[in-house]
Amino acid sequence: MGKDDVKLLSMWASPFCMRVKVALAEKDVAYEEILESDLMGAKTELLIKSNPVHKQVPVLLHDDKPVVESTNILTYIDEVWPAKPLLPACAYGKSRARFWADYIDRKVFPAGRNVWTAKEDDQVESARKEFLDILMYLDGTLGEQDYFNGDTFGFVDILLIGLTSWFPAFEKYGGFKVEDEYPKLAAWITRSYARETVSESLTSPEKITNFVGMMRQMYGIE
Amino acid sequence: MASSNDVVLLNFWASPFGERVEIALAEKGVHYDYKEEDWADKSSLLLQMNPVHKKLPVLIHHGKPICESNIIVQYIDETWQTEDPPLLPSDPYLKAQARFWADFVDNKVNFSAIWRTKGEEQERAKKEFIDLLKVLEEQLGEKPYLIGESFGYADIALIPFSCWFYAVEIIGKMNIEKECPKFIEWVKRCMERESVSKSLPDPHKIYEYVLELMKKLGN
Repeated sequence: MGKDDVKLLSMWASPFCMRVKVALAEKDVAYEEILESDLMGAKTELLIKSNPVHKQVPVLLHDDKPVVESTNILTYIDEVWPAKPLLPACAYGKSRARFWADYIDRKVFPAGRNVWTAKEDDQVESARKEFLDILMYLDGTLGEQDYFNGDTFGFVDILLIGLTSWFPAFEKYGGFKVEDEYPKLAAWITRSYARETVSESLTSPEKITNFVGMMRQMYGIE
Repeated sequence: MASSNDVVLLNFWASPFGERVEIALAEKGVHYDYKEEDWADKSSLLLQMNPVHKKLPVLIHHGKPICESNIIVQYIDETWQTEDPPLLPSDPYLKAQARFWADFVDNKVNFSAIWRTKGEEQERAKKEFIDLLKVLEEQLGEKPYLIGESFGYADIALIPFSCWFYAVEIIGKMNIEKECPKFIEWVKRCMERESVSKSLPDPHKIYEYVLELMKKLGN
């Protein structure tokens, strides 16, 4: 079988791009990463052509055919390279995974953004509470399992782990620590980071936290 | 053979999200019990089955809940196979396209501003709505359905909103067919399917419902 031509249009700070990198690594798929380097403005022609509706990264180009939206890309990767499946086999298990994927997508990053953009003390307080309530649901669904997927690292784990590179920034500006509030979830983060596919795909939290600090200055929050 | 109360749908009659599920169940010929819920006064069953979001619709299969309409439609497609093509294409690339457009509908289709606002704000809402339909027309192109030759997942995600068009046209003083004729052709094509025509409420009833909502908002 001929080698697949796989390219990923990405941006280094995007947790949504990090997810796709983890998934490709889990499946041993070789790819070329093409970085959108201008963080604040002009998008490349390739990006606009590949994702004309949203003009956003990540975009997976498989033999030059674009697949967009990170969760959608993960599902595509799992279907095209079916060895080591990321989703459970049964329809019900899949529906639960998709439910938590949807929850994570809708809630975590926007709530995190509310934390680092909050200016006044009462805003920080309410943003912190909102974020911790979301972690409470995630902690509850993880339960006593090693991973959200059960015994093996899978779909929901990959979707969430990219976002955790931003958690130290949320912790710094929100005034909390995940390991104090939800130690099981913190243990899951440590366990997942021990995987090479994760540690090599995620941008260092230090770099992200510096980036968030820079954005806070730009937006006049500090 | 499974009895119909192995499959239960908790729904609200006017919800386009619930209608997606009804269409999918009808496409697969699945018998089910229907329980009408009042979203303003939620039953203990709903709260038990969807504790995270407390929203409709919820499908309950063998006592286990499945929530979020697009997720439910995928579950239905994977659980019940018929001789007809599946609701999601088998080709992974086309499947990804179907998912993209269903997500697009979820994120972008929201025309309630047309009856909640007046004057300039309403005009802006009307323009945004037509622009959105034009994007969808472009995706349709010369195809009978959004992704290709078969009625499927992306069409199911979108078609329930069409029964709100009558209300939008009267309140917004618009003619959608004039602006987006291809889109309305697609609507009529979908409505020829029994699964769709039997699942969608009468547009006049939706219009009355919108008038009630407007009264509650003080419009």
